[in-house]
Amino acid sequence: MYLGKVIGRVVSTIKDQGLDGRTLLLVRRVPNGPVVVAVDAVGAGAGETVYVCRGREASFAFKPADVPTEASVVAIVDTVAWGDRPMALQEDSTDSGPAGGPDADKKDEL
Amino acid sequence: MLLGRIVGTVVATRKDPRLEGKKLLICRLIDPDGNDEKGYLVAVDTVHAGFREKVLLVQGSSARMAYGCKDTPVDAAIVGIVDQVSQD
Repeated sequence: MYLGKVIGRVVSTIKDQGLDGRTLLLVRRVPNGPVVVAVDAVGAGAGETVYVCRGREASFAFKPADVPTEASVVAIVDTVAWGDRPMALQEDSTDSGPAGGPDADKKDEL
Repeated sequence: MLLGRIVGTVVATRKDPRLEGKKLLICRLIDPDGNDEKGYLVAVDTVHAGFREKVLLVQGSSARMAYGCKDTPVDAAIVGIVDQVSQD
Protein backbone atom coordinates (compact mmCIF):
# COMPACT_ATOMS: atom_id res chain seq x y z
CA MET A 1 0.00 0.00 0.00
CA TYR A 2 1.19 3.51 -0.61
CA LEU A 3 0.09 7.15 -0.62
CA GLY A 4 -1.17 8.69 -3.81
CA LYS A 5 -2.79 11.84 -5.10
CA VAL A 6 -5.93 11.77 -7.20
CA ILE A 7 -5.08 13.55 -10.45
CA GLY A 8 -8.03 12.66 -12.65
CA ARG A 9 -10.72 10.22 -13.72
CA VAL A 10 -11.20 7.56 -16.35
CA VAL A 11 -14.54 7.05 -18.08
CA SER A 12 -15.37 3.69 -19.60
CA THR A 13 -18.73 2.52 -20.91
CA ILE A 14 -17.89 -0.96 -22.08
CA LYS A 15 -16.27 -2.68 -19.14
CA ASP A 16 -16.27 -5.80 -17.04
CA GLN A 17 -19.57 -6.23 -15.20
CA GLY A 18 -17.66 -6.24 -11.91
CA LEU A 19 -16.65 -2.64 -12.57
CA ASP A 20 -20.20 -1.41 -13.21
CA GLY A 21 -21.04 1.57 -11.02
CA ARG A 22 -17.48 1.95 -9.75
CA THR A 23 -15.48 5.15 -10.05
CA LEU A 24 -12.12 4.86 -11.78
CA LEU A 25 -9.53 7.35 -10.55
CA LEU A 26 -6.14 8.31 -11.91
CA VAL A 27 -3.78 8.21 -8.96
CA ARG A 28 -0.15 9.30 -8.94
CA ARG A 29 2.06 7.85 -6.27
CA VAL A 30 3.45 10.75 -4.20
CA PRO A 31 5.63 12.59 -4.63
CA ASN A 32 6.38 11.87 -8.29
CA GLY A 33 5.76 8.20 -8.89
CA PRO A 34 3.93 6.27 -11.60
CA VAL A 35 0.25 6.80 -12.42
CA VAL A 36 -2.23 3.95 -12.00
CA VAL A 37 -5.95 3.63 -12.55
CA ALA A 38 -7.50 2.69 -9.22
CA VAL A 39 -11.07 1.72 -8.35
CA ASP A 40 -12.54 4.01 -5.70
CA ALA A 41 -13.86 2.30 -2.58
CA VAL A 42 -14.33 5.36 -0.34
CA GLY A 43 -15.60 8.27 -2.44
CA ALA A 44 -12.32 10.12 -2.95
CA GLY A 45 -12.19 13.23 -5.11
CA ALA A 46 -9.84 15.36 -7.15
CA GLY A 47 -6.64 16.50 -5.47
CA GLU A 48 -7.07 14.37 -2.38
CA THR A 49 -4.27 12.37 -0.87
CA VAL A 50 -5.34 8.76 -0.64
CA TYR A 51 -4.19 5.38 0.49
CA VAL A 52 -3.81 2.97 -2.42
CA CYS A 53 -3.84 -0.80 -2.09
CA ARG A 54 -2.15 -2.79 -4.86
CA GLY A 55 -2.26 -6.40 -5.85
CA ARG A 56 -4.85 -9.08 -5.43
CA GLU A 57 -5.83 -7.63 -2.08
CA ALA A 58 -7.14 -4.50 -3.80
CA SER A 59 -10.28 -6.37 -4.79
CA PHE A 60 -10.93 -7.40 -1.18
CA ALA A 61 -12.15 -3.85 -0.52
CA PHE A 62 -15.29 -4.66 -2.51
CA LYS A 63 -16.11 -8.06 -1.03
CA PRO A 64 -18.39 -9.91 -1.47
CA ALA A 65 -18.52 -8.43 -4.99
CA ASP A 66 -15.88 -9.68 -7.43
CA VAL A 67 -14.20 -6.58 -8.79
CA PRO A 68 -11.31 -7.29 -11.19
CA THR A 69 -8.81 -4.71 -10.02
CA GLU A 70 -5.26 -4.71 -8.76
CA ALA A 71 -5.35 -1.11 -7.49
CA SER A 72 -7.96 0.39 -5.16
CA VAL A 73 -8.36 3.60 -3.20
CA VAL A 74 -9.13 2.30 0.28
CA ALA A 75 -8.79 5.43 2.44
CA ILE A 76 -8.65 9.22 2.27
CA VAL A 77 -5.65 10.51 4.19
CA ASP A 78 -6.25 13.28 6.74
CA THR A 79 -2.75 13.73 8.12
CA VAL A 80 0.63 12.07 7.96
CA ALA A 81 3.27 12.45 10.64
CA TRP A 82 6.80 12.13 9.33
CA GLY A 83 8.93 11.52 12.36
CA ASP A 84 7.19 13.51 15.08
CA ARG A 85 6.25 16.42 12.82
CA PRO A 86 2.90 16.54 11.05
CA MET A 87 3.28 16.78 7.29
CA ALA A 88 1.12 18.96 5.07
CA LEU A 89 -0.61 17.00 2.34
CA GLN A 90 -2.52 19.21 -0.03
CA GLU A 91 -1.63 21.52 -2.89
CA ASP A 92 1.42 23.24 -1.40
CA SER A 93 3.45 20.16 -0.59
CA THR A 94 2.40 17.09 -2.53
CA ASP A 95 4.24 18.03 -5.68
CA SER A 96 7.50 18.42 -3.86
CA GLY A 97 6.92 15.49 -1.56
CA PRO A 98 7.50 15.51 2.18
CA ALA A 99 10.13 18.19 1.88
CA GLY A 100 9.24 19.69 5.23
CA GLY A 101 9.83 16.47 7.14
CA PRO A 102 12.91 15.80 9.20
CA ASP A 103 14.07 13.14 6.73
CA ALA A 104 13.43 15.08 3.57
CA ASP A 105 16.34 13.39 1.83
CA LYS A 106 14.54 10.06 2.16
CA LYS A 107 11.43 11.16 0.34
CA ASP A 108 11.85 8.56 -2.38
CA GLU A 109 11.08 5.88 0.14
CA LEU A 110 7.58 7.14 0.76
CA MET B 1 -4.86 -1.00 -13.31
CA LEU B 2 -3.04 0.39 -16.29
CA LEU B 3 -3.92 2.23 -19.46
CA GLY B 4 -2.95 0.72 -22.79
CA ARG B 5 -3.52 0.86 -26.52
CA ILE B 6 -4.06 -2.22 -28.63
CA VAL B 7 -1.32 -2.57 -31.20
CA GLY B 8 -1.61 -6.16 -32.34
CA THR B 9 -2.95 -9.65 -31.95
CA VAL B 10 -1.42 -12.97 -30.96
CA VAL B 11 -2.41 -16.25 -32.56
CA ALA B 12 -1.59 -19.49 -30.78
CA THR B 13 -2.83 -22.89 -31.85
CA ARG B 14 -1.28 -25.09 -29.20
CA LYS B 15 -2.21 -23.63 -25.86
CA ASP B 16 -3.71 -24.43 -22.53
CA PRO B 17 -7.25 -25.72 -23.13
CA ARG B 18 -8.61 -23.10 -20.77
CA LEU B 19 -7.35 -20.39 -23.12
CA GLU B 20 -9.30 -21.75 -26.06
CA GLY B 21 -11.71 -19.20 -27.50
CA LYS B 22 -9.99 -16.32 -25.78
CA LYS B 23 -8.60 -13.45 -27.83
CA LEU B 24 -5.02 -12.46 -27.05
CA LEU B 25 -4.07 -8.86 -27.81
CA ILE B 26 -0.78 -7.00 -27.66
CA CYS B 27 -1.18 -3.80 -25.68
CA ARG B 28 1.30 -0.94 -25.57
CA LEU B 29 1.24 0.83 -22.22
CA ILE B 30 0.35 4.53 -22.39
CA ASP B 31 0.30 7.46 -19.99
CA PRO B 32 -2.88 9.48 -19.21
CA ASP B 33 -2.08 11.84 -22.11
CA GLY B 34 -2.03 8.95 -24.55
CA ASN B 35 1.71 8.91 -25.12
CA ASP B 36 3.43 5.56 -25.46
CA GLU B 37 5.33 4.26 -22.48
CA LYS B 38 7.94 1.58 -22.30
CA GLY B 39 6.78 -2.00 -22.41
CA TYR B 40 3.85 -3.99 -23.67
CA LEU B 41 1.55 -6.72 -22.42
CA VAL B 42 -0.17 -9.67 -24.00
CA ALA B 43 -3.61 -9.60 -22.42
CA VAL B 44 -6.77 -11.67 -22.70
CA ASP B 45 -9.64 -9.63 -24.10
CA THR B 46 -12.91 -9.81 -22.14
CA VAL B 47 -14.69 -6.75 -23.58
CA HIS B 48 -14.29 -7.21 -27.37
CA ALA B 49 -11.78 -4.41 -27.77
CA GLY B 50 -10.42 -3.55 -31.20
CA PHE B 51 -7.25 -2.37 -32.90
CA ARG B 52 -5.90 1.00 -31.67
CA GLU B 53 -8.51 1.29 -28.92
CA LYS B 54 -7.54 2.66 -25.51
CA VAL B 55 -8.18 0.03 -22.88
CA LEU B 56 -8.04 -0.64 -19.19
CA LEU B 57 -5.70 -3.48 -18.20
CA VAL B 58 -5.66 -5.47 -15.02
CA GLN B 59 -2.53 -7.37 -14.11
CA GLY B 60 -1.61 -10.14 -11.72
CA SER B 61 -3.91 -12.61 -10.05
CA SER B 62 -6.76 -10.09 -10.12
CA ALA B 63 -6.92 -10.69 -13.87
CA ARG B 64 -8.51 -14.04 -13.11
CA MET B 65 -11.51 -12.19 -11.68
CA ALA B 66 -12.33 -10.76 -15.10
CA TYR B 67 -15.36 -12.16 -16.90
CA GLY B 68 -14.73 -15.71 -18.12
CA CYS B 69 -11.22 -15.91 -16.69
CA LYS B 70 -11.96 -17.82 -13.51
CA ASP B 71 -9.43 -20.63 -13.01
CA THR B 72 -7.62 -19.84 -16.23
CA PRO B 73 -3.86 -19.33 -16.58
CA VAL B 74 -4.14 -15.58 -17.12
CA ASP B 75 -2.21 -12.76 -15.50
CA ALA B 76 -3.23 -9.83 -17.70
CA ALA B 77 -6.74 -9.04 -18.90
CA ILE B 78 -8.48 -6.21 -20.72
CA VAL B 79 -11.45 -5.22 -18.56
CA GLY B 80 -12.62 -1.96 -20.10
CA ILE B 81 -12.60 0.24 -23.17
CA VAL B 82 -11.63 3.78 -22.24
CA ASP B 83 -13.92 6.55 -23.49
CA GLN B 84 -12.22 9.46 -21.81
CA VAL B 85 -9.36 10.27 -19.46
CA SER B 86 -9.71 13.59 -17.66
CA GLN B 87 -6.97 15.15 -15.59
CA ASP B 88 -7.55 17.83 -12.99
